[in-house]
Amino acid sequence: MQGAVTILIDGLTYASWLFIVALGLTLVFGVLKILNIAHGSFYALGAYAAASFVAWGASLRWAPAFSLVAMLLAAVAVAALVAPLTERALLRFFYGRDEVLLVLVTYAMFLILEDVTKLIWGTNPHYVSEPYGLFGSVDVGQQTYVGYDFSLLALALTVGVAVWWGLNRTRHGKIVLAVIHSAEVASSMGVNVSRVYMLAFTAGIFLAALGGAFTAPMISVSPGISVGVIIVSFAVVIIGGLGSIEGAAIGALIVGLARSLAVHLAPVAELFSIYIVMAIVLMFRPEGLFQRIQARKI
Amino acid sequence: MTTPEAASGGRFPLKGATPADRQSRIRGVRLGALVLNGLGAFALLAAMGFFAPKWLTYLITMSAANALVSLGIVCLMRGGVVPFGQGMVFAIGGYAAALLYNKLGFTDAVGLVLAGGVAATLVALPFAPLLARYRGIFFAMLTLALSMVTYGLGMKLEVLGGSDGFNVGRATLFGWRPPDAHVGYVLYLLTVAVATAMAMLARVYFDSTRGLVTLATRDNELRVEYLGGSVRQAMTINFLIAASCGGVGGALVVLSLGHIEPQFSYWTTSGEFVFVAILAGWQSVAAVFVASTVLEVVRSFSSRYFPDTWQLALGLFLLFVIRFLPRGLGSLWIRKGGK
Repeated sequence: MQGAVTILIDGLTYASWLFIVALGLTLVFGVLKILNIAHGSFYALGAYAAASFVAWGASLRWAPAFSLVAMLLAAVAVAALVAPLTERALLRFFYGRDEVLLVLVTYAMFLILEDVTKLIWGTNPHYVSEPYGLFGSVDVGQQTYVGYDFSLLALALTVGVAVWWGLNRTRHGKIVLAVIHSAEVASSMGVNVSRVYMLAFTAGIFLAALGGAFTAPMISVSPGISVGVIIVSFAVVIIGGLGSIEGAAIGALIVGLARSLAVHLAPVAELFSIYIVMAIVLMFRPEGLFQRIQARKI
Repeated sequence: MTTPEAASGGRFPLKGATPADRQSRIRGVRLGALVLNGLGAFALLAAMGFFAPKWLTYLITMSAANALVSLGIVCLMRGGVVPFGQGMVFAIGGYAAALLYNKLGFTDAVGLVLAGGVAATLVALPFAPLLARYRGIFFAMLTLALSMVTYGLGMKLEVLGGSDGFNVGRATLFGWRPPDAHVGYVLYLLTVAVATAMAMLARVYFDSTRGLVTLATRDNELRVEYLGGSVRQAMTINFLIAASCGGVGGALVVLSLGHIEPQFSYWTTSGEFVFVAILAGWQSVAAVFVASTVLEVVRSFSSRYFPDTWQLALGLFLLFVIRFLPRGLGSLWIRKGGK
């Protein structure tokens, strides 16, 4: 019983940050039709920026609780500075091209950002320990968990609800949905599609950076964190169905639980449990769990 | 593609011959030219390798071996799908050769290369019909998942040497053990010979009926099915061919490099193979080898002169290619041939 609870809580913690990151990926895909390999790089940028901002806040003798604000600001900074720049200066030129070619464009972006991150922050690991102790610890049965992990779950829920509400209940959200449905028709109705693209891309990157910033206290921020995140969040959106919020949530839960099951019960399988789950889902639902099947063009 | 008359250089008056006659003449001309080109390229490279410095022969050996994996990707790309996990067959070919050498004491280079290709094909066999159902991003991601499972197995399994992998000694050639001074050149010759042979086979396959069905699939899958072609069968066979190419490439790399590790199956390795395939485009076989050499050169030079930013250089180069050469290097010398 205790084992099952541990697995569940570990899985949920993993799923919660993964959901935030994957939501960004699925949003960018839904609107721009780009499967963004560089998404993991923006996650890494968020984590590095959080490390710098929290250290900066500490040097200004801010109260420890402000480190949470610093992390949020880090994510905002990454999204506001880097996202519009990459979208306007780079991605814009490739819209409408074959989707696999677009994957390669973002692969190039990933290679570039990887080195840029190293140039800015060096290769030594950074640690963001301050916020981790803010929420104390929580006892569940005989096990003690860090409160921060649960706050991450709350953050994931908030983000998920906010994005859903923003898309489905606001005017701007409806415009985005119209663009997702048909960019051409939306454009002929007077929607500034290229602005929607830029904003959606920025929002997606903000989510990646937010996920990175808030997981920074739990990991050592070092080169290479982007690579792992990309593949795992790919698995999440593929399982859930590309471009679906519910899909990202269910996908994140499935991946989180599969991973924590593997870690606790069969450590050998840890590295590839996620891919096996993904392969099984795709075998039965080739379009993912929450994706409508598309008709083929004659 | 050029017209048959143009391909024959106008030497054969094709008008007036019976259709079957025409067909066989065209085939004969094309095949003859192909064999001549292949043998010519091999002779040129063999002679050049004899005088070239060691670093250059090594660079070309690696490029040619890696190019075989990308040739497999091109084979699939002609059907409109791009695998993002070709590192899997590359690693399997490499591991098969390395295990045969280390565990069974089988050291013949040609045998090891063949074994690499066969092993990769056998592993791909159960997955091929399944993967043939998928397109676009899903095909890319599923192959990627397979390669990452292979990576995971490589990291965890003791028999495969874990995360460090293992070393492979010097191979023999038909019972002859090449001396230290010439081993590089011998492996170079072997790699170039295998690569030329496979390039010629690839051209024959691309121009065959199934090769053309594959090309039609790229344009419109449903239409091919209405015309009675089996898209799924073509995809399955293409996947197997790509696997065998990848396996042979992996075995060749292991023989020259003398080392194998799970990194062979990592997704960034697969990404580089796709990079070469995109750089080459799907029209020309020779372009794959040129593109692979370009990548090796860019990689060696940038890791030597700016070691901290070579990925950045590679990324910029890739963006440049996609932006300004969307149909790849091959489109520079093959003008027509589909949109």
